[in-house]
Amino acid sequence: MSLLQIRDLSLSIHGIEILRRVNLTIAPGEIVAVTGESGSGKSMTALAVMQLMPAGSTATGSILLDGEEVLDLPEDRMCQLRGASVGMVFQEPMTALNPVKTIGDQVMETILIHRAMPRDKAEERAREVLARVGLPPERYPLGRYPHELSGGQRQRVVIAMAIALRPKLLIADEPTTALDVTTQAQILDLIKGLVREYGMGMLMITHDLAVVADMADHIAVMRHGEVVEAAPTRQLLTGMTHPYTKMLFAASEHQVTLPEPGGQVPLLAVANVVRDYPLPRTSLFARPGQHRAVDHVSFTLHQGERLGLVGESGCGKSTLTRAILGLEPVQAGHILLDGQPVYTGNKANLAVRRKMQVVFQDPYGSFNPRHRVDRLVTEPFHLLEHPPVGSERRDRIAEMLTAVGLSPDDSGKYIHEFSGGQRQRIAIARALIIRPQLILFDEAVSALDVSVRAQILDLLADLCTTYDLTYLFISHDLSVVRTITDRVMVMQAGRIVEQGDTDQVFSDPQHPYTEALIAAAPRLPRRHPLISQ
Amino acid sequence: MLRYSLKRALSLLISLAVASLVIFAVIEIAPGDPASFMLGVNAQPDTLAALRTELGLDQSKAERYVSWITGMLRGDFGTSYTYRTPVSQMIADRMWVSLPLALYALALSTAIAFPAGIYAASRRGKVGDLTVMSATQLGVAIPNFWFAMMLVLVFAINLRWFNAGGFSGWDKGLVAGLHSLTLPAIALALPQAAILARVMRSALLDILGEDFMRTARAKGLSRRQALWRHGLRNALIPVLTIIGLQFSFLLAGSIIIEQVFYLPGLGRLVFQSISSRDLIVVESVVMLLVFAVITVNFLVDLAYAAVDPRLRSRT
Repeated sequence: MSLLQIRDLSLSIHGIEILRRVNLTIAPGEIVAVTGESGSGKSMTALAVMQLMPAGSTATGSILLDGEEVLDLPEDRMCQLRGASVGMVFQEPMTALNPVKTIGDQVMETILIHRAMPRDKAEERAREVLARVGLPPERYPLGRYPHELSGGQRQRVVIAMAIALRPKLLIADEPTTALDVTTQAQILDLIKGLVREYGMGMLMITHDLAVVADMADHIAVMRHGEVVEAAPTRQLLTGMTHPYTKMLFAASEHQVTLPEPGGQVPLLAVANVVRDYPLPRTSLFARPGQHRAVDHVSFTLHQGERLGLVGESGCGKSTLTRAILGLEPVQAGHILLDGQPVYTGNKANLAVRRKMQVVFQDPYGSFNPRHRVDRLVTEPFHLLEHPPVGSERRDRIAEMLTAVGLSPDDSGKYIHEFSGGQRQRIAIARALIIRPQLILFDEAVSALDVSVRAQILDLLADLCTTYDLTYLFISHDLSVVRTITDRVMVMQAGRIVEQGDTDQVFSDPQHPYTEALIAAAPRLPRRHPLISQ
Repeated sequence: MLRYSLKRALSLLISLAVASLVIFAVIEIAPGDPASFMLGVNAQPDTLAALRTELGLDQSKAERYVSWITGMLRGDFGTSYTYRTPVSQMIADRMWVSLPLALYALALSTAIAFPAGIYAASRRGKVGDLTVMSATQLGVAIPNFWFAMMLVLVFAINLRWFNAGGFSGWDKGLVAGLHSLTLPAIALALPQAAILARVMRSALLDILGEDFMRTARAKGLSRRQALWRHGLRNALIPVLTIIGLQFSFLLAGSIIIEQVFYLPGLGRLVFQSISSRDLIVVESVVMLLVFAVITVNFLVDLAYAAVDPRLRSRT
């Protein structure tokens, strides 16, 4: 008998249809991955199994969990099942734990709330599970608070809470999306090991097809609340039939062709740059310590060149970006753009500042919601001494919006009328409008769905041809950097440990860290029919 | 925790020193002669000279500041010009009314606001929530002196459960004392409770949307268990801030209520001494209130750290 059987599950929230006749089966010991883009209903499917949907939800159909009809169960019976028969792991380890309770208390709570064993036994069990997930109590005592742990360690605690009572079903909703690649690889290994060891069934929700291909026995692809295709992993990878599945896989490996890189005229020169942050004083009279976020970094970016910067969180790439933008002083070394320092006196050098622009990660947070698009894209005009006005301004706006694939008519709209991908196009238009010599893309495609990401990458490649762009592309996503840059730098703990031709660095990494990064990044199997075509 | 407490204590001392300097500067060094201000424009020169000597105005400013501070540290606040009694004695008498009244009102306000706020948050958008929110809206809107007069009308004049005003003193026993403070405490507490309940509710609602609340539910906690075990403590930070502010207000800001109930409290003392230009009393009471406010803030800081471990480890 299957452990979880979802049949014809439909769900609506305040009358809006979220899920449409979803069917899904999980056997004990089986890993089933549900994948799809944002808004496809994959998370809502998981929450429906837990009966933790938002207020105003109504579900029809059937969810049979170990023989019990979940949709008919009273809330108190659901409370007995949650945590005991079904464990759940969430996406954001930084916020999934209660900040004011110790990790020991939080793991023990799963056990105690179900009255599974007395307190002393529960404490022993908590130690055991924490040790099992890689947090041995000798090094990570139960009295630790979440803020004393890293993101990966916190995710281990969340997993420990979910498996403390050895549930029959484990649900993981994007369990590694917020983590670095090397941490992601470890956590995926851990989850896989636990599932095999305990014989749990697992429902894994993820947008990352490479993770899916690596982990799952069975894949279900969702779009607009429907399962469009479901099959055993191997079968699906080799013989996918639905056009959406094909598009999804093609998009996640999307390659673009960049024009030949430009000449050898140096544009941005970064030499021996050091950026220190003061640490809090340890005592009133002690000198505060220093944290070296950027450690003697040197590189040159030539005109017409597309340079990538990769590294894990905390490696200093954002700090370096801020220093290049002239937003912060550096403690040693210098940063020259077109021969001029980016930071003079106590502020950014405006004469240089107008030669570069930046596109940020979050297409939702980087626009003022009360301004119209024309005002948003012309924001960089304040850097100019004689900003265009009147019809010239209108023409520039129209040209830019057209260049990024939008319509000149969009200039009168507000930002909330656009999707995430469209917003990122507007962000690119905003960066391009003063025709800067250098653009910094700070994780500019990381928040986008794969199909949208593919479109934006195409757009960038086109713009490279039309506008002869020079950019620094900062990202943690190796597959994107690989296709969108000519040269790449790998950053670790404030230092650039390797730099070189993108293809060469990826195919023949010299530094062990680069090797580890590339090895840890999940990859789609190469036997994929779309690749062999 | 110890390091955090010491740091907060140090900042408490610095704040007190700065506050005392400011008060001294405003009252004594500001343009105009305190003595002629106190006596008014028609004062005789010899009376003025006598008062100047008595106030120590013939000394240098630094000497006056030092003797004021050291005097206060010894408990000597000087002598009231109007009443010719030691200021310390006057303050102490009033303190025995104002401090219990403030604590009583704060206890009442907390006792009402916590359950009301928690109840409203747990029933968000439902009838219970709307009822509590309308009641608090009313509580915030109604002026407390009007509410005080209504209380007197109903409970003192009609029902005769309480006296309409005055304070019986503590020598007749704790119960009698509390009894005579009950109506003023209610009048003070209800508007405060209304504000506090709203803060409690919105803080809890913020917390209810947090990821870790969903984690708690996924562990098998019921809605109510998750609220009590994980929500409440996290919601306390903004609530503690408001409680601290309210206590400071209750201690000094109850002038109107003290007038309505004819209570000999600090508020009335300040009011009377300002009217009679008794600068020595004003100066001392203001310093005392500043001391109380800063100390309450210090205690609130310690309470923050007790609630949130992240503050403890931050140096």
